[in-house]
Amino acid sequence: MENQGRIIGINGNVVTIEFEGTVRQNEVVYAVLDNTYLKSEVIRIKGNRAEIQVFDNTKGLKSGDKVKLSGKLLSVKLGPGLVGQLYDGLQNPLRQLAEKSGYFLERGKYITALAEDKKWDFTPCVSHGDRVRKGDAVGSVPEGMLMHKIMIPFYLSDQYEVIEIAQPGSYGIQEQIALIKNKKGNRIPVKMCFNWPVKKAITAYKERLSPTEPLNTGIRIIDTLFPIAKGGTYCIPGPFGAGKTVLQQITSRYAEVDIVILAACGERASEVVETILNFPKLIDPHTGKSLMERTIIICNTSSMPVAARESSVYTAVTLAEYYRQMGLDVLLLADSTSRWAQAMREKSGRLEEIPGEEAFPAYLESVIAGFYERAGRVRLKDGNIGSVTIGGTVSPAGGSFEEPVTQATLKVVGAFQALSKERADARRFPAIGPLESWSRYKGFIDTPTRKYILKTLAHANEIEQMIKVVGEEGTSLEDYVFYLQSEFFDNVYLQQNAFDPVDAATPENRQKRVLDLITGILKKWLQFRDKEDARKFFNRLRQTFLDYNTSTWKSDSFYECEKKIQAMVAERSAPFPETLLSHISLAAIEPDMNSTLKRSEKAFEHESFQKEPWDNIPENEENL
Amino acid sequence: MKKIYNKIIQITGNVITVSAANIKYGELARVSSEYGDSSLAEVIKIDGDRVHLQVFSGSSGISTGDEIRFLGHQMQVSFSDNLLGRIFDGKGDPRDRGPLLTESLIETGGPSVNPAKRVIASRMIHTGIPMIDVFNSLVESQKISIFTTAGEPYNELMARIALQAEVDVIVLGGMGLRFDDYLFFKDTLENEGALSRSVFFVHTASDPVVECLMVPDLCLAVAEKFALGGKNVLALLTDMANFCDALKEISITMEQVPSNRGYPGDLYSQLASRYEKAVDFEGAGSVTILSVTTMPGNDVTHPIPDNTGYITEGQYYLNNGRIEPFGSLSRLKQLVNKKTREDHRPLMDALVRLYAYFEETMEKKSMGFRMSPWDKKLLQYGMLFELELMDLSVNIPLEQALNRGWEILAECFLPEETGIPTKLTDKFWPEEMRKSNEKGKAHQE
Repeated sequence: MENQGRIIGINGNVVTIEFEGTVRQNEVVYAVLDNTYLKSEVIRIKGNRAEIQVFDNTKGLKSGDKVKLSGKLLSVKLGPGLVGQLYDGLQNPLRQLAEKSGYFLERGKYITALAEDKKWDFTPCVSHGDRVRKGDAVGSVPEGMLMHKIMIPFYLSDQYEVIEIAQPGSYGIQEQIALIKNKKGNRIPVKMCFNWPVKKAITAYKERLSPTEPLNTGIRIIDTLFPIAKGGTYCIPGPFGAGKTVLQQITSRYAEVDIVILAACGERASEVVETILNFPKLIDPHTGKSLMERTIIICNTSSMPVAARESSVYTAVTLAEYYRQMGLDVLLLADSTSRWAQAMREKSGRLEEIPGEEAFPAYLESVIAGFYERAGRVRLKDGNIGSVTIGGTVSPAGGSFEEPVTQATLKVVGAFQALSKERADARRFPAIGPLESWSRYKGFIDTPTRKYILKTLAHANEIEQMIKVVGEEGTSLEDYVFYLQSEFFDNVYLQQNAFDPVDAATPENRQKRVLDLITGILKKWLQFRDKEDARKFFNRLRQTFLDYNTSTWKSDSFYECEKKIQAMVAERSAPFPETLLSHISLAAIEPDMNSTLKRSEKAFEHESFQKEPWDNIPENEENL
Repeated sequence: MKKIYNKIIQITGNVITVSAANIKYGELARVSSEYGDSSLAEVIKIDGDRVHLQVFSGSSGISTGDEIRFLGHQMQVSFSDNLLGRIFDGKGDPRDRGPLLTESLIETGGPSVNPAKRVIASRMIHTGIPMIDVFNSLVESQKISIFTTAGEPYNELMARIALQAEVDVIVLGGMGLRFDDYLFFKDTLENEGALSRSVFFVHTASDPVVECLMVPDLCLAVAEKFALGGKNVLALLTDMANFCDALKEISITMEQVPSNRGYPGDLYSQLASRYEKAVDFEGAGSVTILSVTTMPGNDVTHPIPDNTGYITEGQYYLNNGRIEPFGSLSRLKQLVNKKTREDHRPLMDALVRLYAYFEETMEKKSMGFRMSPWDKKLLQYGMLFELELMDLSVNIPLEQALNRGWEILAECFLPEETGIPTKLTDKFWPEEMRKSNEKGKAHQE
């Protein structure tokens, strides 16, 4: 007998039902509206009543309407054919849906996620009598440019013996390709696809490894200063207009991974459209194939049902874990996790739970932590290594990083790339603030160099603040040159032109070479007649360096520019005039000189820096 | 069969509760009093046999014995070409003296567009306002908001854009509009002959607050239909802050847990489901949404502008009667300004960059620093720029605005001081200026 219930209350997309028999937390149920079935999920059970959230508009439902219980958890279909697809948060293929129902996303229309009539070229890799467990491959099919392993479903927890395996040939995803039996003799057919509940992490691997291998994005400020690691997590918070989505798009193009999954969660539809329409035309620099052949888009844009928004990030991470099981490096980009958190807040509000900070539910932190913890680098049972890296953007309310979602995210991620409004306004892209961001991962640039650069930038920032108050006239030439050096570094290295074909992504070997050249310049003592002279010099140097950045790697013009830069710098170089240097600049220039560093820190604490001379000036002026 | 009930159990705020069975969520009902006046109400919550309704005209004067007649359908609006030239209120009833329209009704708040069926925006909307056309072009199917404060001429700006934009249909949604602002819109569009291609849905400040909530849905349902029929529609919504405040009022009445400053937790989703109706349909027309968001206390971090900014594709800051060049941003301008004129982008960048230098110089000046010759050039430039391009009264087409930009530059600077590639300055630098500058140079030497 089919398990059923009926509706007794409706409040937005949260519907209260009364049921007989058993009901499972988070199981999928369908609210029946005339002839359409609206997919829903059980979110709370009390006695013989349960609250369900409907993944669609609830208008038209009424008290007494039927509800069908499926007994199954919210799941995604895993199998060949996922790559290149455009799904909504519940894994409905949107292109196929458009063919079927036109312009609009009519409610209650669901299509199976993988095409069942498509044939795949199957090659077995086990034979009769082999022993297999969950996650073990029985064969593979080519999917685009990767070998898609056909695995024993992850929910089969026994040890099995292969008693039948399909011959090499073409099969559809619903055809049986193997028959296995367990010790008791139960025979289980294996197909190319199976379902897996989205909220459950896939753990069919041998061990989890620490994320030590850098994941190169081609973005200099990230790879050099705030690297991310394969299997790591990072977050990009930023107010609107700071370029979060653009940064995600660039990362999705150039990141050195096998599969990129884009979860457009509660953001603008037009941005997804750009990706959908541009990616098939763009060429993946690493493989030479279309970018779409390594991309899956999960898109639950802001006007699509809120409840499905909550599940969309889980759908995305489950697909990521599935491909990780094949020994691939997967990058999941979630834009934006704040919208996901807001979906939780809406649900929590309708359930009338006691609210936490800013009305977010009290379990916000643990849910966010649980999501990011699904990232990781693992050694699989066949010895291969796969990884899931998660990068989430955060859209903090009011642009303040003090809000709950940013704070909860910061606690669990390994790198923090703070986008700053000031940098975006000044058209410094990518607008990652070098002074606020951090990363706990090791990149390909050694840590002392990273520290040295950050110190230089911090000190230059102080000089800049001072210049703003006392004007250029009041700044010493040494400080001014130091500031120009750092500005130069910011301009030619930290900033990157996303529209230039060469400059858009800088590979590892080029980054190392350019950084060597540029830190060489930063550490030089350069001589100038006056500030005007210095500014002109750096303007020229910057122009040449920008040409250098846009020259093809190891082309004639690349070497030409490099020589020109070296010559320009050599012309101005002079030995260090020790007497002229203040403690502070010395420390910033040579951080390895420990004693000097300590002295400079003291200087920061005690001397004129304690009471900043410009503290009083604006106040006095106001008083006047 | 229509169901009639006449026992109201509870009245709180604008929400009434009746005991009724077999009522659909979102269904409309008519509440009629014994004096014969009646109001529409919408089902917003069902709890067993207790049905909560939001009364459009407010609950004031409603008696527990009033008659409630359920209509069996959701909020609908009539859609046909007869809408053009008409003015309605927030319930969809005529506000002009025209007849009530009841033909071909469509439901409001329909499903969202499948992203796979959208296309990338590619056509620019010319407004004749240099600060928009040159610096932050408005693009068909864009959703963009004017961030401003009370007292700024935002409605005048909107009316101007409505009149000059080359679109097929204008749908104006007024929320909490002052009556004279309503008359202003009506008269302006009428005088300029644009009323015949416009539809108004106007909720004035004196109307019941619930009706304010319906205005965007009515506007956008109509706009969407026109767009599906191949028309390019411009939807103007003023002022979305009133819509948000109405949402707040209702959610508090319904005892929902507030999130930020009393606004409901779903403010973002509520706004997004409206703004996302901006669309360029593959093979049909488009809907462009231009809205006004007044920022309480000129604070952009207030929940209303903050949530709006995350949804819209840019914003125009209207401050002191001018559209600010900084902060204002049209996210889609890159899609259109590459094909207008070759000098558009470099000139735009140079003008803004120099204006930024001018602002720095102003700061220096106010702090009493000495002005260098370069500073003096910037001061002259800033003045000209504000007067001849920034001022809202300037009304010139894009080509002419670009030429004017060059003239201003030529009046103040030498070509190499502008940072524009030599290739372009050679081509566009105004000739007579070049000569007079050279003369001036020779004279100095």
